Amino acid sequence: MSTRTRPRAHPDDATTTYREALREGLREALTSDDRVFLMGEDVGRYGGCFGVSLGLLEEFGPERVRDTPLSESAFVGAGIGAALAGMRPVVEIMTVNFSLLALDQILNNAATLRHMSGGQLGVPLVIRMTTGAGRQLAAQHSHSLEGWYAHIPGLRVLAPATVDDARHVLAAALADPDPVLLFEHGSLYNAAGMLDPAVHDVDLDSAAVRREGADVTVVAYGGCVSKALEAAEALAEEGISAEVIDLRTLRPLDDATVVGSVRRTHRAVLVDEGWRSGSLSAEIESRICEQAFFDLDAPVERVCSAEVPIPYARRLEEAALPQPAGIVAAARRVVS
Amino acid sequence: MAEFTMPSLGADMDEGMLSEWLVHPGDRVTRGDVIAVVETAKSAIEVECFDSGTVKALLVDEGTTVPVGTPLARIGTTAEARPAESRPAGRPPVESPPASTPLVRRLAEDRHVDLAAVHGSGPGGRITRADVEHAEPEPESAPAPEREKTAPTPRPAKPARSDNSTGERPAPGRVKSSPLARRLATELGVELSDVVGTGRGGTVRAEDVRSAAAAEGARRPVIPDAARAATARLMSRSKREIPHFYLSTTVDMAAALEWMHARNRELPLSARLVPAALTFKAVAMAARKVPELNGHWGDDGFVPAEEVRLGVAVSLRGGGLVAPALAHADTLSLPEVMAALKDLVARARGGRLRASQTADPSLTVTNLGDQGVEAVFGVIYPPQVALVGLGRIVERPVAVNGLLGVRPVLTATLSADHRAADGATGARLLTAMDRLLQQPEEL
Repeated sequence: MSTRTRPRAHPDDATTTYREALREGLREALTSDDRVFLMGEDVGRYGGCFGVSLGLLEEFGPERVRDTPLSESAFVGAGIGAALAGMRPVVEIMTVNFSLLALDQILNNAATLRHMSGGQLGVPLVIRMTTGAGRQLAAQHSHSLEGWYAHIPGLRVLAPATVDDARHVLAAALADPDPVLLFEHGSLYNAAGMLDPAVHDVDLDSAAVRREGADVTVVAYGGCVSKALEAAEALAEEGISAEVIDLRTLRPLDDATVVGSVRRTHRAVLVDEGWRSGSLSAEIESRICEQAFFDLDAPVERVCSAEVPIPYARRLEEAALPQPAGIVAAARRVVS
Repeated sequence: MAEFTMPSLGADMDEGMLSEWLVHPGDRVTRGDVIAVVETAKSAIEVECFDSGTVKALLVDEGTTVPVGTPLARIGTTAEARPAESRPAGRPPVESPPASTPLVRRLAEDRHVDLAAVHGSGPGGRITRADVEHAEPEPESAPAPEREKTAPTPRPAKPARSDNSTGERPAPGRVKSSPLARRLATELGVELSDVVGTGRGGTVRAEDVRSAAAAEGARRPVIPDAARAATARLMSRSKREIPHFYLSTTVDMAAALEWMHARNRELPLSARLVPAALTFKAVAMAARKVPELNGHWGDDGFVPAEEVRLGVAVSLRGGGLVAPALAHADTLSLPEVMAALKDLVARARGGRLRASQTADPSLTVTNLGDQGVEAVFGVIYPPQVALVGLGRIVERPVAVNGLLGVRPVLTATLSADHRAADGATGARLLTAMDRLLQQPEEL
């Protein structure tokens, strides 16, 4: 990958990228807890398919940063076993599309063992994977299936959208006694930002209000948060004040923040890179209708991906994905 | 050709405001159909017509105040108005939009056709697709922009996706409004149908309701004040003109309540009786036995009424009273009395009484028992000559057959017009009522 970078020389420098922030989180976890190790396809010698673990093999050695064979089911299963045995494994799956090969391990084992053992067994496993489109990687590498995982009880599903959340999310995920899925949107790895020195952790139970507003609530997560913020900026120029909520945790959903915001703005636009039918956005819309029906002044709008396999051609791919212009148009429809 | 005139909706009504037409010229109406809403000093009342036929012309515009008796509409009574229009007796048909399928409604909306004006050729008068396709569009509509799907305006007339479009159309007769707007309308006491919607497709939104509420507050005094004033006028007249006398008796309710509880065990929850159904029925039957108190005092003295139209005093939430009537209250069965009472109170409080419910009662009952008082000595509604007051049913030590017992008792009072009746007449009414309540199975 041409975008691969060496570990930064000055970790205290406040400007960082999403990729570097994740790497710092990994480095911190590997340093502070002997039970933590990283495994997955190409995470060691190659430095990770998206360059997240670059340099960690050299720093922590092959016991702690392990390259695995190309078998998602096998190495996720191994991670579950290690977690059951008291380790704190971090398993990387290249993309969410490939995670389907390990769906049996994730759903039938990781998510269920606490329940089936009457609480005797826990699976403190963190699975990281890339999700989302926008980089012309075509239909087998570009889908957003995190909404499927958010359907499964027994899992916690996270989607960090900012460098601060990327930096601190792993520590919080490792602290969870149950399996946690971490979705890193592929288009965010190069996103640069200032780390807030005052932030030392992530509250995994709360959605974050990224921008306050009074006229419409825009709910987004992961790769769509920056698009929502861009749309809010454009809307502000038209005199429409949009509140942008970053869900941050897709399961369990923070209803209180979303519904509380809709109760103030009376309108909602939901942005979801998943397909519309049966999507996470459908679930959020349901909850808004269940809990804030008589506060709604307009039908809830959704901006989702077109219901097609994500196309390869650049313009088609752009057209298939939620874009700021579509969010702006949806916000206008509910406000005007 | 028949004329539909401004009805007299109470002894004190000499004019009324035609606030809403519920029919259009050309509509078929059947005797008993509610065709207009008339606003009096007390409330808005749905008015039925007394003829069957076709509405030929509306003679008075909405919002116009005219004297009682003024012709409001002409109704062409053709012989062809099907005589065997068999509707369930005693229940006027509710006005409903013509039967049509969702497809037909969508088509009508797309083509700007008013379904109410379309003659249905399908089974049971149902409007078919062909009927809509052959119907004339409404004149004021401009169908062109509706078709442009790719309008780059900030407010696209129609989203291209089909899964959004079903919410675009209101059911006929329903005001399209947001949930928040509906909640606000209830809270602010705004009638949604009076609000002009500025949202997509004329949807009424919160802002529209707020501005309507602000405008309404500035424009006209609220109805409760009018009701208060009407009550004030009527009661002053009563005390000025009517020499009242008052009687009171204590009724042992043990037998009636015991019978009622037994009966309720057999009835579905929604139909269960309350003591008021029994006491009201008893008053109505007593009034039939004492016709000297069931009627009206006019210029020529007392005129007995032909039936017992039992007035029921209902206090309005905003203040003031109305006393709509239960027709033939003495002949209704107890479940019928119960259902009619519920309907009367709901309609009175909703400001939507039917004309047949406001025509002069012949005797009024006021029941303040549920307000916790033990006795009420009321003021007669002129031109009636009597009013029965009912208090709360309370348990009291009472001598029964020479022994002291605890019994549920009710204080029933009579306010009567001394011009029309004497104390002995009044006593007969109260004792008749007492006797009936001791034999509840006779009610």
